[in-house]
Amino acid sequence: MAWQWFHRLGSPRWFYEKTSAWLPWLAAASALLLAVGMAWGLGFAPQDAKQGNSYRIIFIHVPAAFLALAGYYLMAISGAIGLIWKMKLSFVVMRAAAPIGAALTFVSLFTGAVWGKPTWGTYWVWDARITSMLILFFLYVGVIALSGAFAREQLADKACALLALVGTVNIPIIYKSVDWWFTLHQPATIKLTESSSIDPSMFYPLLTMIIGFYCFYAWVLILHTRTLVLKRESRTQWVQQLLGEGR
Amino acid sequence: MEFQFAGLADFIAMNGHGPFVWVAYGVTLLTMAGLVTQPLLERRRLRAEFRREQRIRERRAARRQPERPAAEAALAE
Repeated sequence: MAWQWFHRLGSPRWFYEKTSAWLPWLAAASALLLAVGMAWGLGFAPQDAKQGNSYRIIFIHVPAAFLALAGYYLMAISGAIGLIWKMKLSFVVMRAAAPIGAALTFVSLFTGAVWGKPTWGTYWVWDARITSMLILFFLYVGVIALSGAFAREQLADKACALLALVGTVNIPIIYKSVDWWFTLHQPATIKLTESSSIDPSMFYPLLTMIIGFYCFYAWVLILHTRTLVLKRESRTQWVQQLLGEGR
Repeated sequence: MEFQFAGLADFIAMNGHGPFVWVAYGVTLLTMAGLVTQPLLERRRLRAEFRREQRIRERRAARRQPERPAAEAALAE
């Protein structure tokens, strides 16, 4: 009895039906938070004393990088749960997380490059933080490529989960890179344990954007997972009924 | 809290940093829009494919038993 919720959690159908009600709320929350955060960051937060207006890229660069990393945790943990408990839904979540993580890693690399030009005078350097983020991008791309490389979905699931788990070795390197190799990328502005080195007038819009990105991530992850569920369960009766009804 | 720029032109120019800021935000928004539309398009494709297969199945079934007496069909309904 106590484990019933756990098994239900692994059921794709239960997930599909449960999340239907969450989608509009997540969509509204992320749209609202992102709109407010962007307007605040672009127009109302004060100019940076050293970097001028180019620093306004921080309001998308930092949240995107946060979610790129958090998304990797989520993908690797889902893969591990799938391997250990043979949970169907867990593998689906893992595979849904790969393209989203790749897109967000791309966003953080791209916005970083565009920010680098007016600030450092160059779009790209082989700095430790930037290079480890590029490796993160390749790990995501690797999972996407592997998921399409097998005729049997079960084999693809296992291969992706293994790659995702092996790749976690990169995560602490990304976090610590700014402290271990002090090169061009600036150290973390927001710290949980000490006081942050950012002024409240810039911190609050940044926080709004970070929460907005988390909502957006949850929304998009659920959307991708639902579509993958439909695809993989397309032989079951409930999916056939759903597709036939046009809902 | 007040608006940091003198006007719209000033806001767009951002003291010369405008192109960088707007390109970064534009690409981010496009990527995010892509993340939302991709699963929805895929879903639509799945549904169209399912409907197509369903029509084929129905046509095959109809061909297999071509002359069904009208009375029997009415009874079945």
